[in-house]
Amino acid sequence: MSYLTDIGALARKDLRLELRARDTLPAMLLFVVSALVVFHFTLPQGASRLAAFGLLWVALIFTALLGLTRCFAAEREQDVLDGLVLAPSDRSAIWLGKAIAMLAFLVAAEVVALPAFALFFGPGIDGRTLAGVALADLGICTVGTLLAGMAAASRARELLLPLLFLPLAIPIVIGGVGASVNGGVRYVEFLVLYDAIFAIICWASFEYVVTE
Amino acid sequence: MIRARALEKRYGDKRVLRGLDLEVERGGFLVVTGPNGSGKTTLLRLCVGLAQPTAGELEVDVSRGRLGFLAHEPLVYRELTALENLDLYGRLYRVPERRERIGMLLERFRLWEARRERVGSYSRGMLQRLALCRAFLHEPDLYVLDEPFTALDAEGAELLDRELAERRERGTFLVATHAPARFEALATAQVAIVQ
Repeated sequence: MSYLTDIGALARKDLRLELRARDTLPAMLLFVVSALVVFHFTLPQGASRLAAFGLLWVALIFTALLGLTRCFAAEREQDVLDGLVLAPSDRSAIWLGKAIAMLAFLVAAEVVALPAFALFFGPGIDGRTLAGVALADLGICTVGTLLAGMAAASRARELLLPLLFLPLAIPIVIGGVGASVNGGVRYVEFLVLYDAIFAIICWASFEYVVTE
Repeated sequence: MIRARALEKRYGDKRVLRGLDLEVERGGFLVVTGPNGSGKTTLLRLCVGLAQPTAGELEVDVSRGRLGFLAHEPLVYRELTALENLDLYGRLYRVPERRERIGMLLERFRLWEARRERVGSYSRGMLQRLALCRAFLHEPDLYVLDEPFTALDAEGAELLDRELAERRERGTFLVATHAPARFEALATAQVAIVQ
């Protein structure tokens, strides 16, 4: 029970920090809308539904990456991570709290991005696409938060995070595009499997990411 | 409570600590001195578990939650208020009667009036007072303090003197400082690290 309380306290703290500083979510919103506008003008008239959905997933992945680069910024500023790591709570609570906050930011960006996509590109957002986006969000946030924690310790963090994150996001893109376009249940199942496997790996390994 | 034998720490090729032996009994008060770059902060980070020794032995007989660590940085969020920062740490450290304890510490360190201000607007001295509140909040058994008097004005230093004297009987202390004279009345031992 205290584990859940810790996660709640840490996630609330991140949401409160964002409400005060407003330096992650507005940037994500602006980026995703700008990207969709650019894609709208670059995609030829009469392009396939397949291409449009591909661009949606590109926009979502890079929007998430933008948010992830700021994920541990507040902790880096004054070495606050040291303070959190020394607390007696399970260190994976830090990861889970951050992942939940990151998920909230990503969902907020998608609340704007998905209607904008439907407006610009025509194809409606069906249930399977929504399921794909929701499952992809879970994968992005669990894996991305762990990698952001790893990159935060490095001097070249802005370079390192995309290099670590994008290869691991390839299965998410495959599953997401597959769920959106083909509508196959197997893509949704693939995303569920990815989320489950990586959630366990990230949960178990975060301790080693934040300690020497 | 702390026992180190032939303790060594390297960062890459750079040897920060070499062959350090020390022992702090429960209830002891060890003052660590040494010039800049001699490894005092590294020693403290090793003792709290934020770094791992490269060689040698280090035993610290206290659980993570019973440690009170004061670092160079205050380890608080600039966008949160003093109350919010201490509340977060109070929750994570499972401090009983959290709100009362936070209020008491903020009053003692003369931060009560500024409790709802964002920490980013605090002066360096106020940040140090808040960092002390954070380190003392959960009534630790082992206090690991890195230059605790840094940035404190005369009033703040007096407050800390009083606080340390009060806590001296209840805890074990490992303090790194450039001003060992401040701790003369409290210290049971002193170690000088030479480069």
